[in-house]
Amino acid sequence: MNPEEIEKIELDLFLDALNWRYGYDFRNYARASVRRRARQILAKSGMKHLSDLIPKLLHDEQFAVHAINEFSITVTEMFRDPTFFKTVRQTIAPYLKTYPFIKIWVAGCATGEEVYSLAVLLQEEGLYDRVKIYATDFNTDALKKAVDGIYALKDIQLYTGNYQKAGGRQAFSDYFLAEYNSAIIDQALKSNIFFANHNLVTDGAFHEVQAIFCRNVFIYFDRSLQNRVAKVFAESLTHGGFLCLGSKESIEFSPVFDQFKVIDAGQRIYQKKV
Amino acid sequence: MNMSAFQAVVIGASAGGTTALQKILAMLPGNFPLPVIVAQHVHPHQESAARIYKDIGLLKIKDGDEKEAIQPGFVYFAPPNYHLLIENDHTLSLSIDPKVHYARPSVDVLFESAADAYRAALIGIILGGANQDGAMGLLRVGQYGGLTIVQYPGEAEVCFMPRAAIETANPQYVLPVKKIISLLIEITTQHLDEAAHAR
Ligand SMILES: C[S@@+](CC[C@H](N)C(=O)[O-])C[C@H]1O[C@@H](n2cnc3c(N)ncnc32)[C@H](O)[C@@H]1O
Repeated sequence: MNPEEIEKIELDLFLDALNWRYGYDFRNYARASVRRRARQILAKSGMKHLSDLIPKLLHDEQFAVHAINEFSITVTEMFRDPTFFKTVRQTIAPYLKTYPFIKIWVAGCATGEEVYSLAVLLQEEGLYDRVKIYATDFNTDALKKAVDGIYALKDIQLYTGNYQKAGGRQAFSDYFLAEYNSAIIDQALKSNIFFANHNLVTDGAFHEVQAIFCRNVFIYFDRSLQNRVAKVFAESLTHGGFLCLGSKESIEFSPVFDQFKVIDAGQRIYQKKV
Repeated sequence: MNMSAFQAVVIGASAGGTTALQKILAMLPGNFPLPVIVAQHVHPHQESAARIYKDIGLLKIKDGDEKEAIQPGFVYFAPPNYHLLIENDHTLSLSIDPKVHYARPSVDVLFESAADAYRAALIGIILGGANQDGAMGLLRVGQYGGLTIVQYPGEAEVCFMPRAAIETANPQYVLPVKKIISLLIEITTQHLDEAAHAR
């Protein structure tokens, strides 16, 4: 057996241990990326083999949190893919206006930038007051940051550009308070957002939501996990509800795809058939 | 070296490698038997490199999609703002993991996963660029027994990337682009000949 085949066994064992001990299951994540993260965890640890880390994983909860954080990539931006947000404004917002109450689920919200972008958009479309946004992730540390809504001021420049390209109508700075090196999200934007821990691998559907945003999460899943989650989304949406995925993601392979029509193929916007 | 064993070519470059990349894509024959997978540093909001190179040469050029099966006759580019990885079953994956050497897509990320997936059956090529990204990846390609090639730095528009790769990875070949192209063709015709012979 060559060293990489042995490494593969070690990685399987490591992921099994993480799952059985802590209930975080990365076994059906795209393997090349998981392997890369595992090698980084190993490199930082100073140990020689991934299997050397399994006892530590089992008995040291601190280390487990570190490993879970390494495996869940929380990279995000405000108004990432401005054209997408522009399309949401043009195609989804008018539809949402026909509802007196709106429920939206942002799954895999990471540190919150995306959900606050959505809040800004809904505010400008006059929809924010009748919306409840459930923003979920399984990464507790990321969720804490999302709740705080405090971001590095230096990133705001990029975000401002994104916001304008996304069809933003105001001064972006109206939505936060600048303090030292931080931008603190305006309290009013937070009032209708509910952050919660939800694991897409193990947890179930929400009820009767009009739109789901789950962007740049599917790319990390293998097909079987993508199928599971696509099914959860199909169950959660009302008829006529929208599913928005990341620019490189799709549900076209999934058995639930026939419940949807494609609203914008390029922006990966789907609508559950009525 | 068993020249017939190659299964894929990976290429790394940054903006400074555009001319070299254009030449390679223009000169490879339509029946080039190996898939080509490229990570080139581009601005996150730039239109995809695949579109920029679209009409060059005879191979089909496209952005890599997640879970897409890698096939000969195609050149797959990492989409702007995504890392492109290769799975062991020779399908593509995308990720928005943090930038590596300030780059997403990163050449290291592509090359390291490609080395795992193809081992000695991989050809890794580093072209011009302004960054050390790719050096570690090429080292990995060499460690697994793959063929390592770097563009001759004297010829590259921006030579930092090839220089770093030469220092770190001690490649088997350091060649001007023209020679890289003829080497690729030579290796793969031999490949075809041997395949024909085996039959
Ligand atoms: C790359 S981020 C994308 C963030 C944001 N949606 C965006 O597009 O900018 C992926 C997020 O998915 C979350 N995630 C990954 N697996 C998950 C799971 N099984 N359940 C819930 N969230 C998950 C990660 O913790 C991370 O915050």
